[in-house]
Amino acid sequence: MSGKTPFDNAPELPSRRRLALAFASLPLLGIPALSRAAAPATSAINTTGLAITDTEVTVGQLHSATGTMAISETGSIQSERLAIEQINAMGGILGRKIKIVQEDGASDWPTFAEKARKLLVSDKVATVFGCWTSASRKAVLPVFEKENGLLYYPTFYEGLEQSKNVFYTGQEATQQILSSLDWLSREQKARSFYLIGSDYIWPRTSNKIARKHIENVLKGEVVGEEYYPLGHTQFGSLINKIKLKKPDVVFAVVVGGSNVSFYKQLKAAGVTSGKQKLLTISVTEDELLGIGGENAEGFWSCMKYFQSLDNANNKKFVEAFKAKYGANAVVGDVTQAAYLGPWLWKMAVEKAGSFDVDKVVAASAGLEFKEAPEGYVKIDPNHHLWSKTRIAQIRKDGQFDVIFETPELIKPDPFPKGYQ
Amino acid sequence: MESFSDLGAILLMQGFNGLSVFSVLLLMALGLAIIFGQMGVINMAHGEFLAVGAYCTYLCSELVQQYAPGLMPAYFFVAIAFAFAVTFSLGWLVEWLMIRHLYRRPLDTLLATWGLSLVLQQTLRTLFGPREVSPTLPDWLMGSWQPLDGVDIPINGLFVMSISILLTGGLLLALYRSTWGLHVRATVQNRAMSGAVGIDTKRVDRVTFSLGCGIAGIAGAAFTTIGSTGPTSGSLYIVDTFLTVVFGGAASLFGTIASAFVIAQTQSISEFFMTGSMAKVLTLSAIVIILMLRPQGLFSIKVRK
Repeated sequence: MSGKTPFDNAPELPSRRRLALAFASLPLLGIPALSRAAAPATSAINTTGLAITDTEVTVGQLHSATGTMAISETGSIQSERLAIEQINAMGGILGRKIKIVQEDGASDWPTFAEKARKLLVSDKVATVFGCWTSASRKAVLPVFEKENGLLYYPTFYEGLEQSKNVFYTGQEATQQILSSLDWLSREQKARSFYLIGSDYIWPRTSNKIARKHIENVLKGEVVGEEYYPLGHTQFGSLINKIKLKKPDVVFAVVVGGSNVSFYKQLKAAGVTSGKQKLLTISVTEDELLGIGGENAEGFWSCMKYFQSLDNANNKKFVEAFKAKYGANAVVGDVTQAAYLGPWLWKMAVEKAGSFDVDKVVAASAGLEFKEAPEGYVKIDPNHHLWSKTRIAQIRKDGQFDVIFETPELIKPDPFPKGYQ
Repeated sequence: MESFSDLGAILLMQGFNGLSVFSVLLLMALGLAIIFGQMGVINMAHGEFLAVGAYCTYLCSELVQQYAPGLMPAYFFVAIAFAFAVTFSLGWLVEWLMIRHLYRRPLDTLLATWGLSLVLQQTLRTLFGPREVSPTLPDWLMGSWQPLDGVDIPINGLFVMSISILLTGGLLLALYRSTWGLHVRATVQNRAMSGAVGIDTKRVDRVTFSLGCGIAGIAGAAFTTIGSTGPTSGSLYIVDTFLTVVFGGAASLFGTIASAFVIAQTQSISEFFMTGSMAKVLTLSAIVIILMLRPQGLFSIKVRK
């Protein structure tokens, strides 16, 4: 990785272009009526005292740029900035350019809460794009609810949450898991499953949902379920247990640095895709950078988005992302979901004709976004997105071949009955 | 039903796994065993020296890949030497700037080296970025060796094991058969008297500390074959490392070896029969109980008082 920090690419217009814009707007100064027609008066679109001027609207960005989570959150920071830059290039929202105040949650949950309060109370931002782990989201949630802020949260997560003040642009667990298990059972004739995870809320909830679905719906069998501490690096005993129990499929929800050890050791122990089927819901293009495609080649990953998706929206998005962050940059599921945030907010604000949080929230339900890189998405009244789920096979070069995609969008169901 | 040969194969691989965990623990703890064990310096930055060694390997791998891809199969040995050189020099510098002023204040050393670990972490983050990296391994280090049908022995595990054996053997020889070793043991037992008979104790301290750091560097390089490296990887190692050294009995190298073996086997076997998190609980509780009964650790050097 280059030593470049995510801050190097602040979406500021080059000064020459800013000058040109200033000149271009000069003629408008003489005819205020005309310029007001293009951009509605601030008093009309901002009745709650947010940081909005006649030319600018301030938003917050709250991710970990330092600490252990920076590995994962960097992609989200980058794609949100890209989206905002593109929106600004199109003229902004309601005639106002977006200005970003970036805060660093530093992989520390109380810091997230403190920075969220700062963004909402001192900076009075119109919305926040941010958080990554469930722990950070849970930490900021009371702040957003108390101050009536707005948060766009990008990560696929365990569900069991729905707040008036949050939009979840990633998948909740049932969207991601159920259709992939169905596929395994239908196409791969899988009957026995070995569930593995890192030891915290997301893997445990995901595996709980998987187990219920396997046992109650698919009538299959779970031959093992176990968890390893975050950062665990010795998977030798586990691998031997897998060899002993010979499950049809290993269902893996291992995260972070453990991932790298897990797949390297699988490969070293001769457990390759030719001998053992494995499906993971925690490996994106970002993780593969660390794991190395050759160590996980042929295993399946299940997400709503892969960089290799073949559609016009995605080609444009990946091209723009690489143009901004370098040809070697990769785009994972969460990075794409983070990219949706600013666009969904823009559409909601324009539909509401206001930046007021209550009006934006009210306008969001049912919004459709046809230009999403993952394809068409729609906001459900429960603040989650309708989306397709895809299964892809890991390639040696660290990319994925999509081999299955649900025919229809899946309705988000953050409180699934029978799975809790 | 499992056939008998299948079970035998699993048993064999499980046995190897225990040895593999043992060699990882031993390698991790070896450097600290001489720094903490022989000198009594609580080096909280030990994990970061491991990480520095790992990053050196990553650097070598990137350079070789870019400028001399033909050397890929052999680069790992150069990388190990490079990692040793860098961490040894770093250790020398740290001893000179910081540690030597704190020999009589062990608790302050703890704080100072912890601060050092934070400084090193942020330096690594600034230099290499926050993402975890892993060097490209030469092909011969990947995959498994199959001595029997159905038995897969990971080659990277064998590699780590041989480095571990070589280093331990070398260190034992150096400590018990060389003049330096004689000086170190003399200094540990009675610093004032050693100085009086003409041993340059300051020099012994510096070499010992640097050597401990250098060994940590080699361990870090070896660990890139089994896991990834990030700026905070060091903090993952530090607990296991201290555990091994303290459990073994601080001043005894044999104690460290024995304790690494006991911890590794307990962990490996219990992981096989219960889930990962429970195995960790069991291992840690066992250590706590044994340390309550034997506060001096498994082995302790008998000193005439």
